[in-house]
Amino acid sequence: MSSIILKNLTVDFPIYGAGSRSLKKTFLRSATGGKVARDASDKIVVRALDNINLHLQEGDRVGIYGHNGSGKSTLLKVMAGVYEPVSGSCEVKGRLSSMLNLLLGMHPDSTGYENIFLRGKILGLSPQEIDAITQDVVEFAGLGEYMDMPLRTYSSGMAMRLGFSVSTAIPADILLMDEWMSVGDAEFMEKANARLAALLDTAKILVLASHSEETIRKNCNKLIRLDHGQIVAVEAI
Amino acid sequence: MVIQSPLRLAFADLFAGFMRYDLWPSLAWQEIRRRYRRSTLGPLWLTISTGAFIMGLGPLYGKLFHQDLSSYLPYVAISFVLWALLSGIITDACNVFVAEESIFKQIKLPFTLFCFSLVTRNLIILGHNAVIILLVFLVYPPPLSANLLLVPVGLFLVAINGLWVALSLGLLCTRFRDISQIVSSVLQLSMFVTPVMWHAGMVGRHTWIVDYNPLYHFLEIVRAPLYGTLPSQTTWIAIAIITVLGWSGTMLVFAKYRSRIPYWV
Repeated sequence: MSSIILKNLTVDFPIYGAGSRSLKKTFLRSATGGKVARDASDKIVVRALDNINLHLQEGDRVGIYGHNGSGKSTLLKVMAGVYEPVSGSCEVKGRLSSMLNLLLGMHPDSTGYENIFLRGKILGLSPQEIDAITQDVVEFAGLGEYMDMPLRTYSSGMAMRLGFSVSTAIPADILLMDEWMSVGDAEFMEKANARLAALLDTAKILVLASHSEETIRKNCNKLIRLDHGQIVAVEAI
Repeated sequence: MVIQSPLRLAFADLFAGFMRYDLWPSLAWQEIRRRYRRSTLGPLWLTISTGAFIMGLGPLYGKLFHQDLSSYLPYVAISFVLWALLSGIITDACNVFVAEESIFKQIKLPFTLFCFSLVTRNLIILGHNAVIILLVFLVYPPPLSANLLLVPVGLFLVAINGLWVALSLGLLCTRFRDISQIVSSVLQLSMFVTPVMWHAGMVGRHTWIVDYNPLYHFLEIVRAPLYGTLPSQTTWIAIAIITVLGWSGTMLVFAKYRSRIPYWV
């Protein structure tokens, strides 16, 4: 059973001013009191997620809607396990695939093949499994001889095509997506949408963060409104 | 849900990092391959630049210290190649998390994984540099002795300690960005303070200069066996103490701040 359970989850980001990251200021803080100390340790905390409670289960296609800075991406990263909450808990069951960054682990100086290999390794695939997806990725990305060239020689569109093809090559129980992926030219985009739809069909839970309500209404069955790090409304679509 | 203690999570991370032994050698190799992608000689440049350094400075310092070149040159070659390993690990340690930000801010991976990869990468570089030692040994053959078998043991101890250094320095440098500057200046000085270009015996009765230098002991634990002798008892004891204290301290700090790393980067 795949599920995501968030309980009283709160995430604070410490903001280190240019000053407080330096050792000098920390020393000053411990060595002196009063005015200098206040200046030196201007530790400001931004509460990105505030007391979030959420229970997602199989079949949920959740759209998280909110303005820039409302906490959408942070919420996804908490689900992906990148940020551990300051308080509360986040429990995720099922094989999770985060498509927050299509170019994850890719390096401009590595070739297309090397990048597929490395991504596969990072995701914990065995060499056999990597071999199995490589063929499919290469075919889908349609980059031909460029696969043997370093990523830095690609146009940004080509790099995204490769990233998209790898990211969508491995099925997962839970998919996390930051904005609906639209990659490449018109022809590729059509192909890509079909591939994405097929991937979504096999996924048990989808969490899509977007600032477009329309995109969410089209692809999800649940809409969560996020504002200033708090869930303000949960609507069924 | 069971709330796990931070220390347990820290050990879990260490174990999980080690268990990704399919990944960290790949990351290490990729990094080396990338650095030399467009050069014809590739990673051999590592060997050449170290070799040039030794061949350039060896004879000069041999004269300055009034040393017999046939014993001094192998000494400098071995010392310098091993020094490159130690200083490489320490230098890279400062950036171990900052450099991998693009990976672990997107996907959950054990943090220690990057430390394993760092130590592996530096051992691979050592492998390249070891060619120099072999060449020097061809010209000035070393005394063959069973003590040579201790070389892997010494390297293993260096690697084990390299891991905690990477973890603790990595944490510290991620939080306080100036530490890496401090480390690089201290390291530069250390090369002259540590018996790399000179023999430990030259300090005469001021043995504390080398005895209290941890880098000397890590140099000696590999260098002595390569030289056909045994590392001194002081060296064994020092390394035992450093290993235990270093790991305990690191795990405590790691337990406390592990979850903060992504917030700091």
